[in-house]
Amino acid sequence: MDFDLTEEQRLLKESVDGLLADAYDFDARKKYMKEKGGWSKAIWDRLAEQGLLGLPFAEADGGFGAGAVETMIVMEAMGRALVVEPYLATVVIGGGFLRHGGSADQKAKHIPGIIDGSKTFAFAQLEKNSRYDLHDVVTTAKKKGDGWVIDGEKFVVLNGENADTLIVTARTKGGQRDKTGIGLFLVPADARGITRKGYPTQDGLHAADISFTNVEVGADAALGDPENALPLIERVADEARTAVCAEAVGAMDESLKTTVEYIKTRKQFGVAIGSFQSLQHRAADMFVALEQARSMSMFATMASDFDNARERSSAVAAAKVQVGKSLKFVGQQSIQLHGGIGMTMEAKIGHYFKRLTMIENTLGDTDYHLRRVSEGGGLLA
Amino acid sequence: MDLAFTKEEIAFREEVREFFRNNVPPDTRRKLQEGRHLSKDEMVTWWRILNKKGWGVSHWPKEYGGTGWTSVQSYIFNEELQSYPAPQPLAFGVSMVGPVIYTFGNEKQKKEYLPRIANVDDWWCQGFSEPGSGSDLASLKTKAERRGDKWIINGQKTWTTLAQHADMIFCLCRTDNNAKKQMGISFIVFSMKSKGVTVRPIQTIDGGHEVNEVFFDDVEVPYENLIGEENKGWDYAKFLLGNERTGIARVGVSKERLRRIRDLASKVESGGRPVIEDPAFREKLTACEIELKALELTQLRVVADEGKHGKGKPNPASSVLKIKGSEIQQTTTELLMEVIGPFAAPYDEHGDAGSNESMDWSAQIAPSYFNNRKVSIYGGSNEIQRNIISKAVLGL
Repeated sequence: MDFDLTEEQRLLKESVDGLLADAYDFDARKKYMKEKGGWSKAIWDRLAEQGLLGLPFAEADGGFGAGAVETMIVMEAMGRALVVEPYLATVVIGGGFLRHGGSADQKAKHIPGIIDGSKTFAFAQLEKNSRYDLHDVVTTAKKKGDGWVIDGEKFVVLNGENADTLIVTARTKGGQRDKTGIGLFLVPADARGITRKGYPTQDGLHAADISFTNVEVGADAALGDPENALPLIERVADEARTAVCAEAVGAMDESLKTTVEYIKTRKQFGVAIGSFQSLQHRAADMFVALEQARSMSMFATMASDFDNARERSSAVAAAKVQVGKSLKFVGQQSIQLHGGIGMTMEAKIGHYFKRLTMIENTLGDTDYHLRRVSEGGGLLA
Repeated sequence: MDLAFTKEEIAFREEVREFFRNNVPPDTRRKLQEGRHLSKDEMVTWWRILNKKGWGVSHWPKEYGGTGWTSVQSYIFNEELQSYPAPQPLAFGVSMVGPVIYTFGNEKQKKEYLPRIANVDDWWCQGFSEPGSGSDLASLKTKAERRGDKWIINGQKTWTTLAQHADMIFCLCRTDNNAKKQMGISFIVFSMKSKGVTVRPIQTIDGGHEVNEVFFDDVEVPYENLIGEENKGWDYAKFLLGNERTGIARVGVSKERLRRIRDLASKVESGGRPVIEDPAFREKLTACEIELKALELTQLRVVADEGKHGKGKPNPASSVLKIKGSEIQQTTTELLMEVIGPFAAPYDEHGDAGSNESMDWSAQIAPSYFNNRKVSIYGGSNEIQRNIISKAVLGL
């Protein structure tokens, strides 16, 4: 049992923290958000230069063969800096599908572009009525010759506006909520029949609603088993949930630090408001919430090594519950303790609150995951 | 980062489990499961079994009878002990006064007291709180005046847990009225059988008798019963309270109780089906299990940290343990109340005598709920814990 980082992991942490401290303060972030597509290609290239975009890929595929702990380190740092570049969509999710489900050809075709920073990905999954159920799929993929024809509509696709390649869930068989008959397809974003409507999201990222009308792709577009891709989808979704838990821990950590700093300096009644016990106790409760979330983020990260898939996903779901509860408390109280200034777009604290709030609604919220753990017989079983 | 125990640690856990299975008296275990109080005899019997095995004062240095276990082994032992469940060693002797004596006491005191603590030849109680000194403990007034080779002690202590069983007390006494309040306190130990000591029971809202008032009326104590230096008692008290960082979370206790809730909830019916099949109830239970898992991980972080970097610098996360640990213990007793619903009401006046067969299974659930309100009050109330976090961790 060990909660320390290895020497290499410590160096990785120093390097990513260093890069972001150097290039990603709150003002710099504002500039990056105004660039084309809403994020900075220059920063993306620096991430590539430092090897961060190739981190989780096998050495045989040109990556570094890093594991879940390394992703946790990077995501936590990104949460602390509120990074808007599409690391989650491209490296964690897009890369995750290629790592766990890609054929040798698919890996060879797509992974180098992720690692060198030239290509980004988006996961087109959410539908109008699917909400958080990954198996609720209406979009269809019908066999045509060797290939497939995709029809349907996807919503709030993170990085959907900018991505070069979309990974699309589509039904090849069965009814809307059947757990089998779901396929996963690599689709060039500029394929004929695709319409993308992009927009900024509440937390300063970018997403798109995407419609697919008679979109034809080849046989090589299918990732994994086109009639039974749900296990693959769930696996990668768990990795993405684990990653956003770490991101949330980073964002909460910075929120608490910023808030404590603020109440030490803000004066009312002639004294720093941090000298008032009601505020001190609130801050202490925020610390408790943060540490509980940090523990569960680590738990989910370490659970990626569990052999038993049910235990693994129940650990991730439990982490998402704890992180969801914690982020709501830390986020809301950060605004409360800042008072009026916390309500302004100008202060950075509100931007942490907004990102945290959106993480809660990413890939299943607190209630959703609580139900999953509960229906699976609880955590002690 | 790695969650797994080593092969040796797993073997150790098996050894501990095996020992409990073969040596904890079944009646003692059952009473703990049902939330009943144990008699002095039952407790002492078990502690002597434990001491005979060499595990009575496991975390003490080897020279005083400890085991030399790693932090992880100690964690495993406590976890297994709590979740079996078996009675935990008497904290007042083993975790509190023992370490103070072997750290600050002289050779004669070590020789005289430590083996008797390990074998519970002396039952110790703690003389800290007073009617006017709860959270503000340093304001305590019980006075020890030096007269020749004796202390003359006058005053009153309160909330003295299980003083009715006690042979010895360790007591914070004011020995200098002129110094700053923390600087005029000494740490003195003496026999509860001394002339002038009166113990008066306090009945708590659960109907039980755990705590007492203790009065000192011109109690004569040999001067040599002072531990360490005169007027340094506050430092020893802080040492004592900071010593038990990880046990306070009582993760094993809550785990055992959560198992009991699942078990009871699958037997008790509501709306024509077992309570456990009510999604609302089940989600509350699951939420508590998740909180506990988070706490367990937080505790493991502290344990691993201590194992690696020593106990010198506490991990900031350790201050979370008392607050969350107590909240979760309280939630588990609430959930038990919810499971039994209207059957929480009957009050067994005769307590552990078990006078009424029909209420055997439920009689202790409401008292346990009432009793557990104490866990967020004792050992530094949760409000005091928040003061500690805001000052020591956040720098406010």
